[in-house]
Amino acid sequence: MSDDAALYTQLATIRRFEETVLDAFPKGAFYGTTHTYIGQEANAAGVLAHLHDGDLVFSNHRCHGHFLAYGGDARALFAELMGKATGVCGGIGGSQHLHWKNFYSNGVLGSTAPIAVGAALAEKRKGSQAVTVLFLGDGAMGEGVVYESLNIASLWGAPVLFVVENNHIAQTTPTELAMAGSLAGRFAAFNIPAVELDSSDAREIYAAAGQEFAQLRSTPGPRALILHTARFGPHSKGDDTRDPAFIEELRATRDPLTIHGARLEESERTAIEAEVDSAIAAAYAQAEADPLPEHAAYVKAGY
Amino acid sequence: MTSVLESLNQGLHAAFAQDARVYLIGEDLLDPYGGAFKVSRNLSTQYPDRVWTSPVSEAAIAGVGAGMALRGLRPVVELMFGDFSTLVADQLINSITKFPAMYNGAAQVPVVIRTPMGGRRGYGPTHSQTLEKLYLGVPGLRVLAPNTLSDPGDLLRRAILEQNDPVLFVENKVLYPKQVLDNAALADFEIQASTQDFAPTHTLRLKGAPRPALTLTAYGYMAELAREALTRLAFEHEIFCELVVPTQLAPLPAGGGLQPALQASLQHSGRLLTIEEGTYSLGWGAEQLARAAQHFGGRLQAARRVAAAEAPIPAARNLEDAALPTLEDIISAAREMV
Ligand SMILES: Cc1ncc(C[n+]2csc(CCOP(=O)(O)OP(=O)(O)O)c2C)c(N)n1
Ligand SMILES: [Mg+2]
Repeated sequence: MSDDAALYTQLATIRRFEETVLDAFPKGAFYGTTHTYIGQEANAAGVLAHLHDGDLVFSNHRCHGHFLAYGGDARALFAELMGKATGVCGGIGGSQHLHWKNFYSNGVLGSTAPIAVGAALAEKRKGSQAVTVLFLGDGAMGEGVVYESLNIASLWGAPVLFVVENNHIAQTTPTELAMAGSLAGRFAAFNIPAVELDSSDAREIYAAAGQEFAQLRSTPGPRALILHTARFGPHSKGDDTRDPAFIEELRATRDPLTIHGARLEESERTAIEAEVDSAIAAAYAQAEADPLPEHAAYVKAGY
Repeated sequence: MTSVLESLNQGLHAAFAQDARVYLIGEDLLDPYGGAFKVSRNLSTQYPDRVWTSPVSEAAIAGVGAGMALRGLRPVVELMFGDFSTLVADQLINSITKFPAMYNGAAQVPVVIRTPMGGRRGYGPTHSQTLEKLYLGVPGLRVLAPNTLSDPGDLLRRAILEQNDPVLFVENKVLYPKQVLDNAALADFEIQASTQDFAPTHTLRLKGAPRPALTLTAYGYMAELAREALTRLAFEHEIFCELVVPTQLAPLPAGGGLQPALQASLQHSGRLLTIEEGTYSLGWGAEQLARAAQHFGGRLQAARRVAAAEAPIPAARNLEDAALPTLEDIISAAREMV
């Protein structure tokens, strides 16, 4: 498979997974909450394509796309959302709390920042070559602990790539109502080199991230990649407060699948889509058939 | 003789010497200062690359410690005052203690957060509190509090090296200059040592005293006052007590039971007085009493708490004395119970 085809497969997998989530939620297939990645797929696909074995990823509430791009299993993720024993975390974590290999997510905004810095410092001290990627939204930039962490990351030379996904909204609050100053200025204040990109093109993001990773692996200290992006779906489920016409415009102009899909032959693109559709459908069906976790054992295991 | 401060310092040195995965992060750690209460003295000189003096960023250093622990190191985070643990509460409650369970057992966070707590130094409302009650009952958190009856440094060393749970290690400030008691210092007492899960518990009674009519239980510095009260109650009021001093405050036994040493003592005394420096309501003592009531039912003849007033701890000496539990408070509560 060509690089373009592989990248498209990633984008389509995330898209199809998230569409399935939004379709199936009202039917009662899942329990709890979810935050879909529709519109932002190029970020995870473009950034995480550069991971080496052993690199670490810390993610947030909107973590499905990050998890799938990291190589996570769609069936295990569906199962986690369904509260099944075969879920990524046996049904304990749910949609926002995933851990598999070196991937960790937490739904408490900003709380992962110092943990990612500490993990990166630990890898450095252990002499591993691993670097750490931390995904933050524009909304998470309101949390004070993020700035404590930027300061320490810079002071102590933590090999962290801070990836800010600025989709211009936090739940329902537009960034203009929540953020004074600029994103780039925030990193500049701590002497953390930052690259800014306003794109939904997976190739462009891939290229920019590639340079960041190359720098991160060869020079000491943290870096930042600020990705201006677009959220097409609701914050969670059916809670979009934005004008539908605005979302239509976003979908028409900033769809990572349309932008990158145009690089493929029509036949190749549709073949990939058909393959992804059936893989996601199969993952969903498997998860649906999976068993529930043992509740008696869970309560007993806790003290 | 060794002071609690020296013992804790030795415990840290021993952990550093024993295991290269041990790191220390905190504010003002560098020698000659060695941390605000000097518990970390000489570590930065001996282990300059493993002692990281930090910005004034409590939440972040707790999180950095958590990340290091998640990736296989054994970090210790020093909080200058326990009052500032509130700044760390999110890390402690929503990350550090969550990861092991919410990641379905696939992650461990063996970080030790150690901090001084307590008053009687005139530091006023925000530098004198005993806040560990806020963290008791957080699932997955082990809360330890050393005292003078067993080696505080060894407990700290073991918490760092042998414990895979996150640990909040609470050091009462007034304990720092006290001597760790040896056999000679404790010659008047008959002492039974037991282990509650991970940490030691000590049961004391006066040698040759009749069967105790009352069980006192206290931890940390309050165990000093309780021991003194035990002696005075015997000699001045002919009330014979047994004192149970745990070092592990949480977790408590699963299923609502009492710590075995406390249960054994209550078995023959039938009366329980809990003594703590935290505020009166909804605290450590309340939990001990609830468990005692649940276990002994009508056989528990008397139950009381001695604790701090439910008010900020004032700076003025006489007001502070009035707000915190005293020796006299223990003695008068005990006299009302027997
Ligand atoms: C500490 C904290 N406060 C509030 C929330 C509730 N919450 C969940 S997502 C969200 C908005 C996040 O916005 P952003 O960081 O921009 O990420 P996005 O949802 O846009 O991907 C909020 C307020 C939370 N999860 N954590
Ligand atoms: Mg946002």
